[in-house]
Amino acid sequence: MIALETLLRQVRGLDAAELEEWIEARWVRPERVASGYVFQEIDVARVHLIVELRHELLVDAEAMPVILNLLDQVYALRNRLKSVAAAIETLPPETQALIRERLKD
Amino acid sequence: MAARNPYEVLGVKKEAMADEIRTAYRALAKKHHPDLNPGNKQAEALFKEISAAYDLLSDADKRARFDRGEIDEAGNEKPRAYAYQDFAEGAPGAKYRTSHENMSPEDLDDLFSFFGRGGARGGHGGEGATIRMRGGDRQYALTVDFLDAVNGAKQRLELAPGKSLDVTIPAGVRDGQVLRLAGQGGPGLGGGPAGDALIEIRVAPHALFRREGDDIHLDLPVTLGEAVLGGRVTVPTPTGAVTMTVPPHSNTGTVLRLRGKGVAGNGDELVTLKVVLPSDSNAELDTFLKDWAAKYPYDPRKGMRT
Repeated sequence: MIALETLLRQVRGLDAAELEEWIEARWVRPERVASGYVFQEIDVARVHLIVELRHELLVDAEAMPVILNLLDQVYALRNRLKSVAAAIETLPPETQALIRERLKD
Repeated sequence: MAARNPYEVLGVKKEAMADEIRTAYRALAKKHHPDLNPGNKQAEALFKEISAAYDLLSDADKRARFDRGEIDEAGNEKPRAYAYQDFAEGAPGAKYRTSHENMSPEDLDDLFSFFGRGGARGGHGGEGATIRMRGGDRQYALTVDFLDAVNGAKQRLELAPGKSLDVTIPAGVRDGQVLRLAGQGGPGLGGGPAGDALIEIRVAPHALFRREGDDIHLDLPVTLGEAVLGGRVTVPTPTGAVTMTVPPHSNTGTVLRLRGKGVAGNGDELVTLKVVLPSDSNAELDTFLKDWAAKYPYDPRKGMRT
């Protein structure tokens, strides 16, 4: 967990006003405490991601929520897929083999 | 010795100002300097560590890069220090999954509604019920020669490396038509039947023939003599060459029909004549035509006048 000031120092090319906008737009959702914001690891990683998308890949502000939403959907699906895979791992080996066979192409 | 964080080594805060760092370094360096601790290996190692930490933190540029996670304690380039995916895919990702109000984690349970399609059956119910499922259909594409599509053929289809299937191409198969080969798809589950192979046929074009429905179209070049005087010409058809009579005074564009020479005996072959002059100039023909044209003028472009 880090504070906003630390985050600003850690992320190259990020300024406070910009970050405030992102928080306002709910692209990043740090926890609000008495002394300001607290960023979890995932929030930090997400800020890095947004900086890359915004500054390096020049994704515009209109497109950003769409992209973030789609990315989060992909990751959510992958998360779900992992639980499906985990569930499959608990099945008898021959059933697992059948599933693998079915997924081959 | 595992590298320690340089801030820790110098005992300063991450936010420390440059002169705080300098002061901290000097105090530690004095304490652990090897010359002041002769023979003390631990002090020597510690001093090296302190020097390295100061080296990094006293250089504003290096310090900033370290803070950003671009270089490690020893000043070496680090691979990307973060990956959103690592968090987003895991449990912490739940925080953003409900993002943008249009997707809740519950929606993902749709995933499970995909299960059971395609005929899962609950055996006899109750205890020991087994799932018996038909295998999935598999999709393939197969390109066949124009003439094979017209006349029918057998063609080998690679299903997977080392696994092939002889496909009977029915005569008259059309471009885009899908052949269903029962039982050649994915294996069934729990004794269920195998699925089907669905093979989409693509018909390659032919250099001479065109196909329209069950009819075959062909452009046939004829000589000036054959066009004017008529004659017997050899014409290719999908089932081999045949002889056809060109009636006298057949113009370019005249269509002659060869009955039953279409696709699989159903359609016809429609032959469009195309008058072709000899490729070399011919003085005799020129002379003849000069006289003839002067004597018998005609205007083939009469209908084009506006």
